[in-house]
Amino acid sequence: MAKTISKKKSNTIKLNFDTSWSYAPAPESKSAATINKQYDLFINGEWVKPSGGKPARLNDDSRSGGYFDTINPANEEKLSEVAEANVADVDKAVKAARTAYEKVWKKMPAKERAKYVFRISRMIQEKARELAIIESLDGGKPIRESRDFDVPTAANHFFYYAGWADKLEYAFPNRKTESLGVAGQIIPWNFPLLMAAWKIAPAIATGNTVVLKPAETTPLTALKLAEIIQESDLPPGVVNIVTGAGATGAAIVNHPDINKIAFTGSTDVGKIIQRAIAGTNKKATLELGGKAANIIFEDAPIDQAVEGVINGIYFNQGHVCCAGSRLYVQESIAKQVIKKLRDRIESLIVGDPLDKNTDIGAINSRQQLETIHKYLDIGKKEGAEMYQSSCSLPGRGFWCRPTLFTNVAQSNRIAQEEIFGPVLAILTFRTDDEVIEKANNSPYGLSAGVWTDKGSKIFNMTRRMRAGVVWANTFNKFDPSSPFGGYKESGFGREGGLHGLLPYLNLVN
Amino acid sequence: MKRSKSLFAIPDFSLSPRIDQVGAEERASRFTKRSIKKESKLNGLKLVLNMIDLTTLEGKDTDGKVKQLCYKAIHPHDAVPDIPTVAAVCVYPSMVKVAKKALGNSGIKVASVATAFPSGQAPRDVKIRDTKYAVNEGADEVDMVISRGKFHAGEYNFVFDEIAAIKEACSDARLKVILETGELGTMDKVRRASDIAMHAGADFIKTSTGKIQPAATMPVTLVMLEAIRDYYYKTGRMVGMKPAGGISKSKLALHYLVMVKEVLGEDWLTNEWFRFGASSLANDVLMQIVKEKTGVYQAANYFSVD
Repeated sequence: MAKTISKKKSNTIKLNFDTSWSYAPAPESKSAATINKQYDLFINGEWVKPSGGKPARLNDDSRSGGYFDTINPANEEKLSEVAEANVADVDKAVKAARTAYEKVWKKMPAKERAKYVFRISRMIQEKARELAIIESLDGGKPIRESRDFDVPTAANHFFYYAGWADKLEYAFPNRKTESLGVAGQIIPWNFPLLMAAWKIAPAIATGNTVVLKPAETTPLTALKLAEIIQESDLPPGVVNIVTGAGATGAAIVNHPDINKIAFTGSTDVGKIIQRAIAGTNKKATLELGGKAANIIFEDAPIDQAVEGVINGIYFNQGHVCCAGSRLYVQESIAKQVIKKLRDRIESLIVGDPLDKNTDIGAINSRQQLETIHKYLDIGKKEGAEMYQSSCSLPGRGFWCRPTLFTNVAQSNRIAQEEIFGPVLAILTFRTDDEVIEKANNSPYGLSAGVWTDKGSKIFNMTRRMRAGVVWANTFNKFDPSSPFGGYKESGFGREGGLHGLLPYLNLVN
Repeated sequence: MKRSKSLFAIPDFSLSPRIDQVGAEERASRFTKRSIKKESKLNGLKLVLNMIDLTTLEGKDTDGKVKQLCYKAIHPHDAVPDIPTVAAVCVYPSMVKVAKKALGNSGIKVASVATAFPSGQAPRDVKIRDTKYAVNEGADEVDMVISRGKFHAGEYNFVFDEIAAIKEACSDARLKVILETGELGTMDKVRRASDIAMHAGADFIKTSTGKIQPAATMPVTLVMLEAIRDYYYKTGRMVGMKPAGGISKSKLALHYLVMVKEVLGEDWLTNEWFRFGASSLANDVLMQIVKEKTGVYQAANYFSVD
């Protein structure tokens, strides 16, 4: 008899993704990354101890002696401790940036500046594996994403803006450009290295100097970037990296000698920043929250649309400001789409961020997990039907199953507020006008998606959509050459592309 | 007459779901990111070997060649214990009897191409006789080709009727319908041809004859697997999938297996519902199995070429 591997057939019309053939663990090795026990502040090209003093948050045991812990959200183990910069430290950093700007960077020929930026880009590529591992350890995102998206895209941003440095007269024909001075930059925890690249690359390529604060839960790759910058021989003070929480950020925002604030983060904090800088000469770029509408028409290529929806909301555990968190499905295909989405989330692998097969990693922090759980409760109370994949979750760390809500109404909070987690709200619509009205019916306007096989419909929809980025038949695609930014409460100013130069320049004449 | 229950509703095939090629390619490439290691690699390789339709379809085929191939099918690599056999041996109709005898009661199926393979450019009665001949000679499975010319001309009813007629001529033999995706041109047409074949009674849908490039690719196979899934949800009837041609390395075969696992799941992870049409894949799989068991690669010379 043939040695066959036989299987019994199921009798119900249902696909069974609990397969007897499963993937063995394939973890990336931690030993390929070096994380110091303690990190100081990177000011004026040197590692400087924090001046200590009053911690930003009282009654917090993890903050003593001017250092705070950063943990691995996948197992809650401490990875390292990093310095907390207070007002005096931030002042030191701004002074270093000012001196570097006036004495060195402003005067340096643009093509010389570009060489440093190119060099940083190449060094990121050389250390790509280590950076990817640390990004996944510190932030919880799957190694597949940090390896294939975060780190290469970060390097690409430095490459791209290095190229612009000595070509600004072509970016703005017949205008003369001037750099602004010192830029204070505050970045979020969802794409720690990539956001640092988005901020630093255009700023220094256009001749500004930088004081950057990474998010308190994910400071490590920015500190690794500081090591790269130090090794690259970038003149001291051109890039300063100070770690800390909200108080450190406030010290940057309120510092009188800063010319420009670039912030990516929540809309609430964005509003605080705007209030703080009102009446000053500081320029600002704010990239804030979002609640993107992803619209599937009945003539769409459905399987590809479903995949796009999955990437749109479950990429980086949904910690994406442009995540496609509101799905609008034309009613005639709603049942079919929901069934396919349910099947698809069954095949998503949730677990160890360092495992190469992981699709969904750990939620970034306990606090964020609590926020997500709060919204799951709200969704259920609002009468929406919740469906989660059947995967098991690790015992320690912060985890959330990929979740979708059906039967959602436009007035539900889960359809209006940014959840910033792997939670999809599914709504249905009947006509084009209806869906445009509903899609635009949001205080946010960062991104949107349209799925249809009809080219003319794509142009009609994208023209009427009030969102900074509109993807057609794809989602969550980023490129250094393409601008990114929002309408309404999603912020203002653009990052990336030619448009991303302008926020760091004055056009004179 | 054995006709599948699925014929209850014949849709308008010009309305088959549209496929976005860029999206399908992107999704297919995602499967290749899966890392298959250790025991899952060994189990996967055994499964792959067990799904192979060992194929010889050449004008110069002889009884001797087919007999040798059949021995290989039963004894892929006797130097190592616990190696599964392949699923079937695939030959021209004139070689069915030889293969049937050579395979004896091994349980390995004999698959025969038919219907004026590979072009399909023959009248229907010739195709039916070709099929009946293969079945009478003892073929367990028939691999037919669709009339691509008629399909491109939009004569979907002709293509449908022809498949249904061949299905009838197959009697108890299982029918695999070759779409020859390399001649169809677009993913939309791959999907449409898949829908026609399944509704007309195909037990398997198959990408290629192996005579046309490109043969099987992962995006094309993905589109066909998704067609199978939609058809299954609609009718409750399982249809098998056979990518053929161009899969000669274990790593690629494992990527296909990942795709089956994540699109259709457990029930299709068996040679009853998934096959690889390949001739040189088997030895690469054997080489990898031996490597997994011993930790070292053996030279290609240790694996018989049949």
